[in-house]
Amino acid sequence: MEHIRMPKVENVRLLDRVSSRKAALGTLYLTATHVIFVENASETRKETWVLHSQISSIEKQATTATGCPLLIRCKNFQVIQLIIPQERDCHDVYISLIRLARPVKYEELYCFSFNPKLDKEEREQGWKFVDLNEEYNRMGIPNDYWQISDVNRDYGVCDSYPTEVYVPKSATAHIIVGSSKFRSRRRFPALSYYCKDNNASICRSSQPLSGFSARCLEDEQMLQAIRKANPGSDFLYVVDTRPKLNAMANRAAGKGYENEDNYSNIKFQFIGIENIHVMRNSLQKMLEVCELKSPSMSDFLWGLENSGWLKHIKAIMDAGIFIAKVLIEKDWISFGHKFNHRYGNLDGDPKEISPVIDQFIECVWQLMEQFPCAFEFNERFLIHIQHHIYSCQFGNFLCNSQKERRELKIQERTYSLWAHLWKNRADYLNPLYRSNHSQTQRTLYPQMTPCNFLYKFWSGMYNRFEKGLHPRQSVTDYLMAVKEETQQLEEELEVLGERLANLQKMQLNGNKIQSKQQDRGKQLGLSASTNSLANTPQEYGSDLKSFPSRSPSQGDEDSALILTQDNLKSSDPDLSANSDQESGVEDLSCRSPSGGGCLPSEDSGKDSDEAVCLAV
Amino acid sequence: MEFSELIKTATVESVLLAGTGLPAVRGTLCITSHHLLLSSCPGGDGQPGTVELWLLIRNVDAVEKRVQNLGWYQPPRTNGSPRDTRLAGSSGTITLRCKDLKVLQLEIPGMEECLNIASSIEALSSVDSVMMMYPFFYRPQDLRLEEGWHLFPLEQYFQKIAAQTNQWRLSDLNRDFTTCPTYPAGVIVPAAVSDDTLRRAARFRQGGRFPVLSYYHPRNGTVMLRSSQPLTGPNRKRCPEDEVLLGTVLDEGERGFIIDTRSAQAAKQARMTGGGTEPKSSYPQWKRLHRPLERGRPLQESFIKLVEACNDASLSMDRWLSRLESCRWLSHVKAALSTACLAAQCLDREEASVLVHGAEGTDTTLLVTALAQVILDPGCRTMVGFQGLLEREWIEAGHPFHLRCARSAYSHARLKQEAPLFLLFLDCVWQLSRQFPFSLEFGESLLLALFDNAYASDYGTFLCNNEKERCLCKVKENTHSLWAWLNQPEEKKKYLNPLYSHNPLVIWPSVEPQSIQLWQGLFFRWIRPSQYLEEARAEMQRLVEAKEAPAKESAGSRLSRSLSDPAARTENER
Repeated sequence: MEHIRMPKVENVRLLDRVSSRKAALGTLYLTATHVIFVENASETRKETWVLHSQISSIEKQATTATGCPLLIRCKNFQVIQLIIPQERDCHDVYISLIRLARPVKYEELYCFSFNPKLDKEEREQGWKFVDLNEEYNRMGIPNDYWQISDVNRDYGVCDSYPTEVYVPKSATAHIIVGSSKFRSRRRFPALSYYCKDNNASICRSSQPLSGFSARCLEDEQMLQAIRKANPGSDFLYVVDTRPKLNAMANRAAGKGYENEDNYSNIKFQFIGIENIHVMRNSLQKMLEVCELKSPSMSDFLWGLENSGWLKHIKAIMDAGIFIAKVLIEKDWISFGHKFNHRYGNLDGDPKEISPVIDQFIECVWQLMEQFPCAFEFNERFLIHIQHHIYSCQFGNFLCNSQKERRELKIQERTYSLWAHLWKNRADYLNPLYRSNHSQTQRTLYPQMTPCNFLYKFWSGMYNRFEKGLHPRQSVTDYLMAVKEETQQLEEELEVLGERLANLQKMQLNGNKIQSKQQDRGKQLGLSASTNSLANTPQEYGSDLKSFPSRSPSQGDEDSALILTQDNLKSSDPDLSANSDQESGVEDLSCRSPSGGGCLPSEDSGKDSDEAVCLAV
Repeated sequence: MEFSELIKTATVESVLLAGTGLPAVRGTLCITSHHLLLSSCPGGDGQPGTVELWLLIRNVDAVEKRVQNLGWYQPPRTNGSPRDTRLAGSSGTITLRCKDLKVLQLEIPGMEECLNIASSIEALSSVDSVMMMYPFFYRPQDLRLEEGWHLFPLEQYFQKIAAQTNQWRLSDLNRDFTTCPTYPAGVIVPAAVSDDTLRRAARFRQGGRFPVLSYYHPRNGTVMLRSSQPLTGPNRKRCPEDEVLLGTVLDEGERGFIIDTRSAQAAKQARMTGGGTEPKSSYPQWKRLHRPLERGRPLQESFIKLVEACNDASLSMDRWLSRLESCRWLSHVKAALSTACLAAQCLDREEASVLVHGAEGTDTTLLVTALAQVILDPGCRTMVGFQGLLEREWIEAGHPFHLRCARSAYSHARLKQEAPLFLLFLDCVWQLSRQFPFSLEFGESLLLALFDNAYASDYGTFLCNNEKERCLCKVKENTHSLWAWLNQPEEKKKYLNPLYSHNPLVIWPSVEPQSIQLWQGLFFRWIRPSQYLEEARAEMQRLVEAKEAPAKESAGSRLSRSLSDPAARTENER
């Protein structure tokens, strides 16, 4: 690899992020895809793997007597602090990483070299996992009012839209093309969500190129067509997700927002979600707070507020709730501007990077906290998706549009994350979810006031790698194990029942078929003994008692360990190469569970060690 | 005093009751000596005759009244009955702010009635005489008076220690409460120290609270002691008996830690008022650590500010966090947890004995010793063990509940000695339960019930300030024990943690700010919708029970049935 100036550095120290006193001595390796740190400690040889694509910034700090510190911040919120003995080595590592972390060609991304050893068919299956047409079918589309339009078949109208777009039946190609010319990046209004219960829908588009006075007949007709696609509604809400000031400022650049006078029967609404630059700064500030070394409660709360992050999260939630309410009130919405813009746009100009997807994921988490039974998946699912959005290990989140993805033949050359997640779905299930539970049946109504204080800092995400901060016992894992156990027991019960029936039958049938039954009995006896069912009830009971050793007593130690095992269990070797797994291992010596430097001299690693021994 | 003198108006018809998150209900309001009742009237929104409100008046923290005189027209007074005045449209709203942080509104027709009701509630809720309180009148049918009062005798706790070491003895030198008025009759002290020495040592400690055993750590035989500050004073007085008492605890060459819950500065200043701290020169084996914990008025104000912020609906998201920060409650939680961890660490990791004290030794001292035991001792994390801990380390140890919990966060009365130390303790235990969701046998609901009962209760458990007062008031003879009620099988079920599984290890919590959360279940109890969280809890319960059901069935009946089945037996014998 021509970019690696220094493939291996010895005697590097990896600092513990919380207590700087603790550091692990080891060797640093740079490979084409990963930064790897292997500890010298002979029993463990603990490894820390970081994908180049996860690196968000590298900082070389002033050399001290002990060496040259290098700080690596990752997009999945991991922070790695290394001390390299020689300044020159550090510089070489620094220069190499700067290049490796900023690939210029898509082909350099990990997903093009990542090979989970699936055959072609499995790969194709993976890509068919989420079928948008099927999603629309689920919503009841196409129907009398909505249809698929092929107007964008060669990406001729809008290159950032997919080829198949759902539009009102009454919108002719002429109207669509006309409307698209009046919209930023030609993103004309297209269907996003349809509610078949009341014909209400959400459409989305970019901002109109209205400037101060420009009009477009076709665009006005387009919105009319959308309104008329819901016969029960008299008007259409147009929601602009920007603060009004920003929208007005855009008019000077020939863009702007719909003039209510020109469009009949629309209601215009601004929702002040700040732009990507504000959001990026906000996230940045919040992460700085997370990085503070043993902050006081005040430092933390003050910093969290100052970052404004939770305020933005709430603004986004408010917007979502407003739209959901309108939808319930049987109206129409043409969803505002630039919302989807940044969704796939995760590469390239740093100024264009925005945490929109992080915010979406966090909003889902905030909802999960308020509605614990409503989601089929758990927190880990969200965290792993976030991880893989930036890992570039799977092709799903590459490029900016379907067009680009097709040109790059993403589906033929990379693998789909959804198939990977599906394979390990057991790890991502919410044990409290039941498809027949009331919380899954209806729309969720999150509380807005006065419960805005319910929005919480998500340490599971932003302090994801500081395992000592998190609850030591995972309720989710425990309940999943309980569920599994219940199922097993029920199955065993069935086997037993069957066996009982057989035995009774045998008794009835008498000696005639005894030889046959004997065979069968042997068989059953064998299978039963493997299940330890033929033993006495006491033993069965004690077997039950020993069950929790799989969860609660394991939970006595760090939840981190559970995570590690999960990853070992759930992940293919290649995923184990990502930093998830490494974090799990790292945890074991991570932070003293007894917490922040409040305590006098002691080896705080002991606690978890002790616990680990016990679990083994 | 007769209660009837305090009740100016006993019943009012057509009163509208509203609380946050509940539909308003109209009914008849009725005041009795200890309760405020509202039963809905026919034609109202509720079922006729249903009691919609049954509020212990002791639970009322603040009464706010607002009278609207809608009609400026007053009917001529000549034949004016109160009813006429009422027809003129005057009415009043009483806002009841309760100690459990609930807020209720009563809309009362008639200005006079409104004012009467308000002043009656005010008078009844501020009756300060212990013997007039409801526990002395409450006689539930299914409980016996003596039940629950002697569940956790110190004798029993001592026997557990005695089984492992003979270094300690149970002394009854305080049987008539003369040596220390705030200690119980029995205390556990070093076996080698005579009662006489103890009496002298007691004179050297504020309020006579000489060092006694609080916890024995069976893993390594170290102990946690608690006391009040030594009365060194400006002249640096010494007390040989106190030095002997503490010296006996440590073997030759052993080191102990004194955790002072005041700052070094504050401890030094206390000398000016006759208090102080143990000087190194007189106690050479003991190393002092200062961990300042807030108590008294600043803590009460922190509580008041937090509750204010939680109830401020106008607060926007971006100002909420700075309000949360400025009330400093979470800082107090963090400090209390850290200090308890420090004490636990000294015992378990440093293998050193610990003496904990602040000034009086009845507030932050008990907070630290009790919390450290929850962290260290799996026994304290069970339902029964936790009750025993509260009995031993809070109630008998002389935390002045009557003074500290006289008023809660809403009261407009001048603050006297109120301070939510017990609430702070419950909050810390909640933090532990959040970080170790399987390790505590009880759930949030028990902590909430304890908070409610500490401030206003049907039971006598939290009455008075110490055992001496309880004896004088004959609390144990004339009131029911909270524990008797909680431990009834049906009741107990509500407080158990369905995920509990015995965890023999020390539970070391994280005290980083990211790990400390606001206890929403308490501070937002009446504000946030609890339905979805309740559903989640029920679902958890269902899952755990579902596991137990087939297990029981298969392990128990089915298998035994199959074993008792002759065919099965022959099959097994084969």
